[in-house]
Amino acid sequence: MFTEEKKNSQIFQDSNHLSPTSELEVSELIKEAYKKKFPIDIHGSNSKKFIGYNVQAAKSLDFSSFSGVIEYLPEELYIKVKPGTLIKDIENILEKNNQELSFEPTDFGYLKDGKSNKGTAGGCVSCNFAGSRRFKVGSVRDFILGFRGVNGKGDIIKSGGTVVKNVTGYDLSKLVSGSFGTLVALTEVTLKISAKKPSQNTIIIYEKDPKIISDLFNMVLSSSNEISGAVFVPDEPKSKKFTPNKSKAFKLNDLDQEGAFFAFRIEGDQNSIKERIKDISNEMDLKNYKTSNLDIYQSDLFWKSINSLQLFSETKNNLLRAVVPPSKSEKMMSFLKNKYKYFIDWSGALFWIEVPGDQNIKEVKNTIIQNDGYVTIIKKSEDFEFTEKLFTIDDTKLMISKKIKESFDPRGLFNPGKMYKDF
Amino acid sequence: MSEIALPKVDRTIVSKKELIVNNLKQFTDKKNVLSELDEIRPYETDALAAYKNLPLAVVLPENTQEVSEILKFCHRENIKVIPRGAGTGLSGGALPLNDAILLGLGKFNKILDIDFDNKCVVTQPGVTNLSITHAVKHKGYYYAPDPSSQLACSIGGNVAENSGGVHSLKYGTTTNNILGVEMVMMDGTICRIGGKTLDQEGYDLLGLICGSEGLLGVITEVTVKILKNPQTVKAALIGFPTIEDGGNCVTDIISNGITPAGMEIMDKALIDATEKFVHAGYPMDAEVLMIVELDGTKSEVEELFKQIKQIAEKNKSNSFKLSKNEKERLGFWSGRKAAFPACGAMAPDYYCMDGTIPRGKLSEILKEISRLSKKYNLGVANGFHAGDGNLHPLILFDGSNKEELRRTEEFGAEILKACVRMGGALSGEHGIGIEKRELMCEAFNDNDIQQQINIKMSLDEKNLLNPGKVYPILRKCAEEGRVHVHRGEEKFPDLPRF
Repeated sequence: MFTEEKKNSQIFQDSNHLSPTSELEVSELIKEAYKKKFPIDIHGSNSKKFIGYNVQAAKSLDFSSFSGVIEYLPEELYIKVKPGTLIKDIENILEKNNQELSFEPTDFGYLKDGKSNKGTAGGCVSCNFAGSRRFKVGSVRDFILGFRGVNGKGDIIKSGGTVVKNVTGYDLSKLVSGSFGTLVALTEVTLKISAKKPSQNTIIIYEKDPKIISDLFNMVLSSSNEISGAVFVPDEPKSKKFTPNKSKAFKLNDLDQEGAFFAFRIEGDQNSIKERIKDISNEMDLKNYKTSNLDIYQSDLFWKSINSLQLFSETKNNLLRAVVPPSKSEKMMSFLKNKYKYFIDWSGALFWIEVPGDQNIKEVKNTIIQNDGYVTIIKKSEDFEFTEKLFTIDDTKLMISKKIKESFDPRGLFNPGKMYKDF
Repeated sequence: MSEIALPKVDRTIVSKKELIVNNLKQFTDKKNVLSELDEIRPYETDALAAYKNLPLAVVLPENTQEVSEILKFCHRENIKVIPRGAGTGLSGGALPLNDAILLGLGKFNKILDIDFDNKCVVTQPGVTNLSITHAVKHKGYYYAPDPSSQLACSIGGNVAENSGGVHSLKYGTTTNNILGVEMVMMDGTICRIGGKTLDQEGYDLLGLICGSEGLLGVITEVTVKILKNPQTVKAALIGFPTIEDGGNCVTDIISNGITPAGMEIMDKALIDATEKFVHAGYPMDAEVLMIVELDGTKSEVEELFKQIKQIAEKNKSNSFKLSKNEKERLGFWSGRKAAFPACGAMAPDYYCMDGTIPRGKLSEILKEISRLSKKYNLGVANGFHAGDGNLHPLILFDGSNKEELRRTEEFGAEILKACVRMGGALSGEHGIGIEKRELMCEAFNDNDIQQQINIKMSLDEKNLLNPGKVYPILRKCAEEGRVHVHRGEEKFPDLPRF
């Protein structure tokens, strides 16, 4: 052990780019950083590196090689992986047993360079960005059963486990999700997995009126038909400031490329899907609209495109992610209409908004906050002014967050300044 | 069993009782401050009635501002505070201390906003779990988490303990069903976390508070999600000749991609006890009885029950009965819900345990419990929320026999240790409180516990809010009590517990 420690101390001294492959190694490297007060840039495959502020750190701790499945028990509905394990690889393994990560991790790859890249398990947990099923099944944080990791002093810690019901001390699994690597360097995460539904269909309703769209979202949320996705994709603004790619992103035989559309997804066995579509047709009075039906294959491609933000593929503009109470969707639509490129997910609660670099981002942010929402600036344009805060937080929560950060990372070494300027 | 180490009593605080009581009367109506013995006696325990302790005084504030003023005062004067909801908790989380103020949230009993547009209800914490469903059921909605004490337990207490229930297999526990809280920190700071939006940005403080057993803040408002009632709900009673067959069937149902709304298992002892008690019509030839409930569309429920029947037959089931109507479905549940009082009729005392195991270890843990039952020469009846591996063994004993009491304690602790050994958890839904405090080191090492304590100290640096709970005082593993019910004198005996 002593020699190992010495070896890691030497590695820490010699290299600025550290790629540990074991928990012990991570712990020893962080102990060195703690001793020497060196800030560390903690990251996985860097698929979401552009989110948040740039981290100024002398050393980088790269978890992309710390990968592999530790334990996968399909019948227990969990998979335990090392942090650098690619989400893509996890999904492939689960697929073989007709299982999935039902929170649909957001794929930021297209945004970055036009290619799919869902990043690593550690990154997915650290960022807590869930896809279209969120309003029905929960977010990433609802699917983390437990973790192991190293705190800012180099101590190995764990929380939770592999079972769903667990009230044994504070639920730190929730706390590390969405913490952008500022609390713990994850060394193991256990994710709850779900059975994949045998089939799916998506109904497209060609409509653009904000009031009608808002009513449709409300009907989705009020329905007992277990709708597992509902989005609205408006017309793209005619301005040259936006690259039109709606027809490319949703190139499907049964989807009319012209005009705005509302779409919702039904999953289950074929009989149940038919039964529910019939019921929803009555609930929503679908005979009054122009509609089309995407079969299982097209439906699958459609939601992949939604959850990988292909509408904004390789955009050079700012991209904002806003969450509002669903009842505010109409007001939000009226504000954004024809001015900004956007789409709505989570049945009216999640807005992805593209704001050109020369346009006032403040106006959009204020509107979101006035509508009781919060906003994250996901991608920044070249002329982005860093006086603008990237994450929304009030002073009291900032104070509490700062105290919690100190309890994990007393010297403020992990991803300093990633989320907030203060820590 | 009722002896347990508690934080050292601060005699200077006790000696200033009159002064403190007078001060408290400045922050709320005088009638809300109780200090006479007969007034404070009802607060000496929660539903873990084996442990009793009198508080210095009881204060029942009426609004958030009053809570804030009271906490600010206590923080300044170094007075400990024990928050309490409806007092139905089973792990002693609301046990008072002699030098602490008991802060009761009973007057926070109003639903503030029913927002059907955003599918949520904003409520004060003292409102009962079931009242929320009652308030929205006229429009076909309900609040999903359904702890067995839902008639009496408060939603604030549910947040503190992250309560689950029979349907958490499909719908999750409290943490998955709340959107926001208003909370007062120990120094009096009022904080809003979340609201009517899904998720929140930054650290998931809502996730941290949920299940924190009143150690980090006092909840003064909760926003919960409400769901539309499912179209069809049906249940099946399935009997099995052996424990293994029943356990394997649970695993096979889940492995086949079916997520029942609820899936319960009862062993022979519990089947016999409940059948005698409520005559639910359970098959008496079964060694293990399973209740499976499915919800969804009519065709989906019917199709999945066909599959479940096949899976059960493959696992040698010897009976299968599907509910024909709502009355019959409720009848199936009546026995399961009578588990506690039925056991109360079988022995002078019983202990209710609460642990979790991975589903696949069901028959293994049942065998282990059976082995321990012989070892300690004590009867036990087992009820499980099998779908999520949450077990509630009920150990039968006579508390007047001290030697038997000691054996019961050891038996209980061994069950929980076995749960942890098999990859499960010390508590599925009752929380740690004082009950399992000293067993925490079975599940966690010093680093893990220290990190949790660091969080606590970062938000309550003087350790004044609900001290002595959750984390081992002595930092060593002792074996302590569980829910002890003597001669049916259960706290809230009319509440179904399952």
